[in-house]
Amino acid sequence: MSAASPMALRIEPGRIIAWLLLFGGGLLMVTPLAFMFATSLKDSSEIYDLAFFPAHPTLSNYVTVLSDGRFLRWFANSFGIAVAVTLSNVFFDSLVGYTLAKFQFRGRYLVFIAILSTLMIPTEMLVIPWYVMAKNFGWLDSYWGIMFPGMMTAFGTFLMKQFFETVPNDFLEAARIDGLNEFAIFWRIALPLVTPALSALAIFTFLSNWTAFIWPLIVTTSKELYTLPVGLTSFAVESQVQWELIMTGAALATLPTLTVFLLLQRYIVRGVVLAGLKG
Amino acid sequence: MAGIELQGLVKRYGKTQVVHGIDLTIEDGEFVVFVGPSGCGKSTTLRMIAGLEEIDGGTITIADRPVNRLEPKERNIAMVFQNYAIYPHMSVAENIGFGLYTAKLDKAEKRRRIEETARILGLEPLLERKPSALSGGQRQRVAIGRAMVRDPAAFLFDEPLSNLDAQLRAQMRLEIKRLHQRLGRTIVFVTHDQVEAMTLADRIVVMRDGRILQVGAPMELYEKPADVFTARFIGSPTMNILPAKTSTADGKAKLELAGNTIALPPRPTALPAEVLVGVRPQELRVLAPGETADLVLTGKVAVVEPLGSETFVHVEHGDGLILASAPAKAPPFVGHDVRLGAGIDALRLFDAATERAL
Repeated sequence: MSAASPMALRIEPGRIIAWLLLFGGGLLMVTPLAFMFATSLKDSSEIYDLAFFPAHPTLSNYVTVLSDGRFLRWFANSFGIAVAVTLSNVFFDSLVGYTLAKFQFRGRYLVFIAILSTLMIPTEMLVIPWYVMAKNFGWLDSYWGIMFPGMMTAFGTFLMKQFFETVPNDFLEAARIDGLNEFAIFWRIALPLVTPALSALAIFTFLSNWTAFIWPLIVTTSKELYTLPVGLTSFAVESQVQWELIMTGAALATLPTLTVFLLLQRYIVRGVVLAGLKG
Repeated sequence: MAGIELQGLVKRYGKTQVVHGIDLTIEDGEFVVFVGPSGCGKSTTLRMIAGLEEIDGGTITIADRPVNRLEPKERNIAMVFQNYAIYPHMSVAENIGFGLYTAKLDKAEKRRRIEETARILGLEPLLERKPSALSGGQRQRVAIGRAMVRDPAAFLFDEPLSNLDAQLRAQMRLEIKRLHQRLGRTIVFVTHDQVEAMTLADRIVVMRDGRILQVGAPMELYEKPADVFTARFIGSPTMNILPAKTSTADGKAKLELAGNTIALPPRPTALPAEVLVGVRPQELRVLAPGETADLVLTGKVAVVEPLGSETFVHVEHGDGLILASAPAKAPPFVGHDVRLGAGIDALRLFDAATERAL
């Protein structure tokens, strides 16, 4: 018997404009992605007619790419590196962030500023020192060589410090009285209290390492050590720009990203919001 | 014996000294309340007893054992914090059980002690709940449970009722008092609420500016405050303080206050010329027509506060207001002139210069 109230039916003009803007922005973002998936289903003869939908959709490109052992190797490399770097960041950034947030010691502020100041140096400027360092330590063309610059980040440390500062000291002091040592307080009490920040950090770190290109390209020479973005580029060169295969590889490469996003979008959005608030 | 002894306790933050050589002996099983305004050093003192603050001077002894250099976990004390400090990611049972973190007990024994504690505190049906699903009072009970389960030598409470509403606060006050009677453990309780101090304590320690002003049983502090600060801090509503002069004629001391000349009982020492007279609102009554008293003050009624059982009346007197009590059922009206009266036994004298009791 209930009828919708006039209030519920009235749509404000501002809202319509906002929807249109969001729709336009969404379309701009999604179209290349959709075109990539569509192209991955096209036959090589259809590539240059630029029709959005394939006339004869086929999965043969996927079969070709997945049966090429190199693709799976690069995929595994990227995945392994992204997971290892993520775990390292989650642990070490939290540990340093916690220390800076919760312990009083001489030079604490100086250390924090020093860490923070590295945020202002662009990656392009760091590549040469990293390369020299990797060369001197014998890390060129190795997994460790790809991973070492990202094992801890200033952004992650900053993010975690800001979050740990919101954890009331009473929790830590209660744990101290309950008999926990300092590491146990960090691990069992403080860390579970910043799970949203931790999730956000893990997601950002995974995604940025999954898509990392410049440094893995520079530090590796052996093809079996390539990460997926580097491998796909070499794929493009070798296959004389077989776009259908490149698009198929790229489509496959987005799957982990999409999976992570779909599974954890709640945390990503919250992480972005909180990072903004706390930062 | 799980008494606590503080000797010459000092705390500094940088160059600022916040606790100035406190001496205090807390007997085994005693319920002692530290009370004072914000920044008086009461919480800092409690945290030094707990081991959460470094000690800059003096000695703390718990159960006849100096603990200055011991970690909090080695002091065999338990603490309940103002904001409960129960871990939000753990269930009630896990929170209570966390108090047994270092105890070398088997799982069955741990479970038995958790359940026993929960039973005492009425938390049995809530054991599997997370703190977010509990009310403020239930959370505070969980915090107390975590402290209780360890069977510590002493409990330290740092303003544990401040975050609760008035009704719940009164209920928790009762529960804490019953818990003390049941367990018989030493309790050191910090509050800025004098009602909590009066109702809970065996002895109250009044602190100000990092010093102990007075230590005594609640009624002792109420009846015989050592100084104006304690007199005004203990008791609700606040004691009226009025300036007065003294004189001596024929070897007998007299008090001159607002037109009254009151003969004072003989004293072993001479009174200073300038004094402050304290009189509690409950003992300064609105007089009926024709009624008289040792001290009589007059003024115009500014505000009437009916409380049900009694009524408080703010009366304009001199440049300020004084507070008196009136019968609940026949209070005076605002704007009316009234006479207020108090007996000589209700008057407390303080030195106007030092503000110490005479």
